[in-house]
Amino acid sequence: MLEREAPKNPPLVTLTDVAKHFGAVAALKDVNLAIRAGECVGLVGHNGAGKSTLVSIINGSLRASEGRVEFPLSAADDALAAGVRSVFQELSLCPNLSLAENLRIAHTGMRGWGWRRRAGTEISQSLDALFPSHGIAAGALIETLSIAQRQMVEVAIRFAPLGGKPQLVILDEPTSSLDAGIANQLLDAVRRFCARGGAVIFISHMLGEIFRVADRILVMKDGRIVADEPADHFTRQGLVDFMGHVAAEPETLQTESRRELGEIVISQGGLQARRGEIVGLSGLAGHGQAEALATLYLDATSAWRNPGNPPMVFVAGDRKRDGILPLWSILNNMSLSLLSATARWGLVDQVSERRIGDEWKRRIGIRTESLSNPILSLSGGNQQKALFARALVSRAPIVVMDDPMRGVDVGTKQDVYALIRAEAAKGRTFLWYSTETEEVCQCDRVYVYRDGAISAALSGDELTEARILEASFEMQESSA
Amino acid sequence: MSLFSRYRVLLPIASLTLLMAVTFYVQPRTLSYFGLNLLFNLAVPIALATIAQMLIIMVNDIDLGIGAFVSLTACVTATFLEQSPLMGTVMLVALIIAYALMGAMIHALALPAIVVTLGMSFVWGGLALFLLPSPGGASPTWLREIMTVKPPLIPMALVAACLIAGVTHWLIAHSGIGTVLRGIGGNAEAVRRAGWPLIRLKALAYGLAGLFGVLAGMTLVGLTTSADANIALRYTLLSIAGVILGGGEFIGGKVSPVGAVIGALTLALAASFLSFMRLSPDWQIGAQGAILIAVLAARLLFRRRDGARR
Repeated sequence: MLEREAPKNPPLVTLTDVAKHFGAVAALKDVNLAIRAGECVGLVGHNGAGKSTLVSIINGSLRASEGRVEFPLSAADDALAAGVRSVFQELSLCPNLSLAENLRIAHTGMRGWGWRRRAGTEISQSLDALFPSHGIAAGALIETLSIAQRQMVEVAIRFAPLGGKPQLVILDEPTSSLDAGIANQLLDAVRRFCARGGAVIFISHMLGEIFRVADRILVMKDGRIVADEPADHFTRQGLVDFMGHVAAEPETLQTESRRELGEIVISQGGLQARRGEIVGLSGLAGHGQAEALATLYLDATSAWRNPGNPPMVFVAGDRKRDGILPLWSILNNMSLSLLSATARWGLVDQVSERRIGDEWKRRIGIRTESLSNPILSLSGGNQQKALFARALVSRAPIVVMDDPMRGVDVGTKQDVYALIRAEAAKGRTFLWYSTETEEVCQCDRVYVYRDGAISAALSGDELTEARILEASFEMQESSA
Repeated sequence: MSLFSRYRVLLPIASLTLLMAVTFYVQPRTLSYFGLNLLFNLAVPIALATIAQMLIIMVNDIDLGIGAFVSLTACVTATFLEQSPLMGTVMLVALIIAYALMGAMIHALALPAIVVTLGMSFVWGGLALFLLPSPGGASPTWLREIMTVKPPLIPMALVAACLIAGVTHWLIAHSGIGTVLRGIGGNAEAVRRAGWPLIRLKALAYGLAGLFGVLAGMTLVGLTTSADANIALRYTLLSIAGVILGGGEFIGGKVSPVGAVIGALTLALAASFLSFMRLSPDWQIGAQGAILIAVLAARLLFRRRDGARR
């Protein structure tokens, strides 16, 4: 690799023998890496493989325990001065402020009169360049935007000049809450940015995206970089093999024998679900799927009286907002939904809580030494598993899932698909909102939403990516 | 989105207008230059204390010591500032610095503000008792003159309220540094990642709160002409209520300076209104609470309607 680098400019950033320990746990080992201007580096790996730690060390929010991080091209001392920008998975926007004000916070050097106007122009220009026809006003408060729009603003702020020039932009799962159209715009923008001499580190669980944007791919496993090659040296299957997780082809699950479906258990606003059925809600992000789910769930569970056995349980996609209880242990987070069912005389039955917790830890494969650890000690994907466990331990016959696979790796996804199938075979009904077509194709039946209403119900052989896209866009097509 | 949730400050204005209309109906004589001044002049120190509280709530903390702090500054004003202005000024500045240091400490040691400010309230209270063991002291003449000035057409209390609202609105809602401070309430981590020194910003927020606390104590002495160690203890809860009445929220950096001033005016007016209704003072606190709950319920109702519509 070294001889390839020799004739070019000095790299933007180099990592030399970098290691990072958290207590006794080594999150990163022997990392050597150089990233040059104009490169788009795809970074893939399992949940917990060390991707987040690596980018945190590059962007300066963590300090390496061993080794050196340098910025030879700019000769700057820290990542901020070297033009390293990060788009985080957890959005780093202030929801109570407007777009322009958020840019002001990111741009620490902005001074003087009229900053609001200047900041507004800067963010609008950046948004226009990245996402043409985005329709977001610079004066809008972040809290009034949808999660996809927030993600767009977050990306746009990091690509804005901010008094300098972005040199290296780290994108951590930037498309996880974007629909396909917007995600494509972003991928194109990333390519243009690299063509103009910027560098990008692109983290995604969607391998298709990695192959579309990256010209070099880093594969991480257990805190090491196990492969670092130009993108055309890999195939999808090859990448998955490098990550060390044998992922089953989604098609094999599709051809499984059809389960017997029971009577209709939900019928609301055109949405129907039978006992034991997996029903998908699809369409472009922000077309009413999430709202339909929320209405359904809240109507069913907002009674004053505690019904004992809840009719529905909920798996959150926005973990921080409506999923985890950040101060509680993993076990307490998992057992929340069965407390009322197992309690004796109003007291928690700790023995059975622990037993059920251990059983689900094994079944769903939560990677931790002890369930008594705080929930935040888990990686994002494992937190999500704990939330799945919380829903599945209850006896509720209906499980409502609000895009639950956001930022979850391929292997975990396959595990969860299998789990959902198994639970459905036992007679549970799943309502599954997802922004990813691959997930939706796991369902028995899919409702496609457009402009707040159901535009198509697909099942069996009709259930293909092409048909879903067709139903999502049909109106625009026919009117054109 | 409805008008009320887009403009946070509309609901407070509506509640104040309603309360004023009822007051004027019950007691028409209040609708005069003199009547308005009498109704609202005690609202000026409350408004300043409310702004101080708002600055703390803005950074997701809460200040349970502001009442004791205002009492202390009132005692300093009525004793040292009156007798030896230089010494008095030094002491007041020292108190502002102490507030800023308290903010820095709360941030640096990751202490809960509710505990630290409550603990400090006993320190402020003790110092106040030390300065003025029994009610007394006197207002500096210049301060008395400022507080009893009679501008043409609009009474002093309302001019002062507008001035406070205008200045703090510019400082908090408009200026760059105010935006960053509100950003801390919204997402402190984002502000830190952008490279801002959080500890200095927290100290600034608390220092500003200390400044407004000092101003509250001074204006209070200017109005009452004397002080005592417990003169402003109820300001702690009044200021919190004022911030919330004014459309602010406990977390998330969602505050409105104009709303906070209006909230303080509403609270001051509510007390007078209840007296006009010949309600015994024993019931007044409860009735004030009922007004507060009514306003909050109205706010919730508007928000829920928006949520359903969206």
